Amino acid sequence: MEVLFPRTLEELKELFVTYPDGRIIAGGTDLLVQLRKHGNKPSALFSVEHLEQLQHVEEKETEIFIGAGVTHQQLWELPIIKNYFPVLHDAVAVLGSPPIRHSGTLGGNLCTASPAGDTLPPLYVLGAKIAISGKTGKRCVPIAEFIQGPGCTMLEQGEFVTGIQIPLPAPQAFSAYYKVGKRKALAIAIASLAVMLEVNPDETVKNIKLAWGSVGPTVMVLPEVEAFLKGKVLSDEILSQAGKMASLGVKPIDDIRASAEYRQCLTANLLLRICRD
Amino acid sequence: MRVKFMLNGKQTIVDAPADRRVVDLLREDFGLIGVKECCGAGECGACTILVNGTSRLSCLMLAAQLEGVEVTTIEGVAPEGSFAIVQQAFIDCGAVQCGFCTPGMVLAVLDLLQRNPQPSSEEIREGLSGNLCRCTGYQKIVEAVQVAAALLKGRRA
Repeated sequence: MEVLFPRTLEELKELFVTYPDGRIIAGGTDLLVQLRKHGNKPSALFSVEHLEQLQHVEEKETEIFIGAGVTHQQLWELPIIKNYFPVLHDAVAVLGSPPIRHSGTLGGNLCTASPAGDTLPPLYVLGAKIAISGKTGKRCVPIAEFIQGPGCTMLEQGEFVTGIQIPLPAPQAFSAYYKVGKRKALAIAIASLAVMLEVNPDETVKNIKLAWGSVGPTVMVLPEVEAFLKGKVLSDEILSQAGKMASLGVKPIDDIRASAEYRQCLTANLLLRICRD
Repeated sequence: MRVKFMLNGKQTIVDAPADRRVVDLLREDFGLIGVKECCGAGECGACTILVNGTSRLSCLMLAAQLEGVEVTTIEGVAPEGSFAIVQQAFIDCGAVQCGFCTPGMVLAVLDLLQRNPQPSSEEIREGLSGNLCRCTGYQKIVEAVQVAAALLKGRRA
């Protein structure tokens, strides 16, 4: 495999013409493991680590744009992420381990499209849009459209993600990410939940967004559970009822980390953490 | 391809396949066998090196990515025949048993102390969470980091 280092988006586009089977390597924390395991090597890897256009974070009035090549460590250190996007801050704090966070990128986690990817549920509840570029031009799509299945995105040959666009949440909004794994670090989630919550002055729910990881082929969003909680005052009892609905709505599998049954149970119980915070 | 980088403080040029893993390059071509390989998949931290001072996993890096960077392995943390403060603290606290995780662990400690010179024991555990040790139960490693942090603080004062 050749390893090439495009310096501009134009150079990257041209590389996809020269090497149609080429693949982008960002942090390499998933890709290099995959390539080694399955041995199906492309003729070239395009490393984006020196592609400056992908490394910047732009704070605008109503949204933030995070370049696809920004690492998890960089995100975690940004004051705007800590102050405005606690759900994303929580997620990058429990993703992999320090050296993984030093290499891995937000764009990489997104394109790996694992049902257990820690940044994905936060991006769903935050209403993130994915900026895509390719030979036919640019487009920007909601994350739920972008992710199509386990390990599967809507990217076509020659297309790549340039960044993630996230609207700034309402100032009083609460958000958090809860994860259950076998251990605290280096653990792939058995189940996770991202929450984005806005409450009315009378403590009823004004708006709630929920997204579960690792309990279905992709991130699970359950509009019926959100609709049930809207207008109610959150309590253990209400959240338990919502949990029952949620555990029926998700589509978990049995695997080496846990059984489907246990994951259904976690789907419900993770909701109870909202009241603890 | 020709790759030019700093290796343990020395300007180095090597001819290697672009996709050769850095762990193989360091161990086999340079004989730096303090770089250990265990899982080969980014889950254990045994192959940790410092790249421009930041902990990275050499099993998940390719030779081409070394161009222009500074690499430090355990062989480069102290002049030959002596130990760095962190290494000495590991010895003094009994934080080394089989020793296989130690090189990666020490390099992870250097990264941690550079970001956070006075970490709490919780922060030490968090900072070293990417490095597995199957012998010590971690307690003595945490103590060694506290001892090293105190010594380094004294030195700065």
